[in-house]
Amino acid sequence: MAPRSCALCNDARAILKRPKSGQQICKECFFYVFETEVHNTITQAALFNPGDRVAIGASGGKDSTVLAHVMKTLNDRYQYGLELFLLSIDEGITGYRDDSLETVKRNQQQYDMPLKILSYDELYGWTMDAIVSQVGKKNNCTFCGVFRRQALDRGAAVLAVDHIVTGHNADDIAETVLMNIMRGDIARLGRCTMICTQGEDTIKRSKPFKYAYEKEIVMYAYFKKLDYFSTECIYSPDAYRGHARAFLKDLEAARPSAIIDIIHSGEAFEIKEEVKATQKAQQTCKRCGYMSSNELCKACTLLEGLERGMAGAAITEHARKRLDAEGPAPTNLRTIPLFQLPPGPRAAVSITLEAAP
Amino acid sequence: MASPLSLKIEFSGGLELLFSNQRSHRISLPAHVPSPSVKGADAGLGRSEQEQARRPADIAYLIFWLRDNLLKEREALFVEDGTVRPGILVLVNDTDWELEGEGEYVLKDGDEVVFISTLHGG
Repeated sequence: MAPRSCALCNDARAILKRPKSGQQICKECFFYVFETEVHNTITQAALFNPGDRVAIGASGGKDSTVLAHVMKTLNDRYQYGLELFLLSIDEGITGYRDDSLETVKRNQQQYDMPLKILSYDELYGWTMDAIVSQVGKKNNCTFCGVFRRQALDRGAAVLAVDHIVTGHNADDIAETVLMNIMRGDIARLGRCTMICTQGEDTIKRSKPFKYAYEKEIVMYAYFKKLDYFSTECIYSPDAYRGHARAFLKDLEAARPSAIIDIIHSGEAFEIKEEVKATQKAQQTCKRCGYMSSNELCKACTLLEGLERGMAGAAITEHARKRLDAEGPAPTNLRTIPLFQLPPGPRAAVSITLEAAP
Repeated sequence: MASPLSLKIEFSGGLELLFSNQRSHRISLPAHVPSPSVKGADAGLGRSEQEQARRPADIAYLIFWLRDNLLKEREALFVEDGTVRPGILVLVNDTDWELEGEGEYVLKDGDEVVFISTLHGG
């Protein structure tokens, strides 16, 4: 097949076929459309205000590395007026997280942004390695996801930021829509396609890459020669999401626009009134003050299970009943420190950041 | 007989772990390779092995060659249904292989083929 000219500039040679549209474009045009589409996503959703302090959830992986790069580029190019920070969570997974954190430290230098690392160990007293040795490999992702969500909010509160951005891409969101359908999780189905989520007691959290294909993120990183860490979490092979991902990849191979189309379907879902009525209202956790659908938030429930040696309690009905039958929780258990959003406009606080290497 | 093709192969995104943890490889492929033939057809037509239907080496052949000669473990993470597993991007001389005919692209001496896996956390 002879090399073709770029469909946009008609000048340079096309090097990439966009999955969204089948359009064949050159390197420079690709950089421009990719960045501009993210810019449009940001402006159409009115995500930021000038002066906002924004924490980028950085893991050292492809999505967060490209996100840091693109946020910095757009902030400069379009003068968003944002103060950008890198926020990283150390789950304590040997051979995975320790390596990827090295990448984040390099990112800190390359993008010249302050970096804060928060660990599960200091926050909850449990590393993922310790959790897996108690829980096994099937439900451990539940612990990690729940703990990480809280950890990001706490890290952001420490940094006194107004907003957290994460690198979730179109593929991730389409997978989540499929997973929630497969599991009948109505509450999550209604929320998972929102580009910006905010509770009364939580920091705004957005996904600027919501419409960006994973393929394009990887190509962007490749052609820009961005440095990222790329190994699967050692505990992920047994995760349920793997099924949704494999299915989605097959769908994409047959019809590339399927990913965006699934997101649009997800956005169009409307929950029936009688079903909405059965959903739980949001409240605050009695133990740590974080947002919760129940008396105790999921993280506190999981932690209690771990501390009392009944880790399955937060996961299955059966285990919960056995735990309750043992009586109330002893008062000397380790708990998560009280969570409080700093009040009012974010004053500059003195916080310990990672020293640049 | 055309001379063998000298190719540079790169693996990234975690794929290098399947190939002796090495990102860059230099390999040599014959310029022409056997076509997948119908069983017995060649014998029926009185063709010897040398006269078997041959085609120029293409990426489809390269993928199988890599699986048989360089891949050290977990074949299913690289090859699926006769091509690369969905989620693995292929670039030929820094160009998306979808623009070059995917598996049907005919390899030339000095070509650089890059395989990038996207199947990992972000």
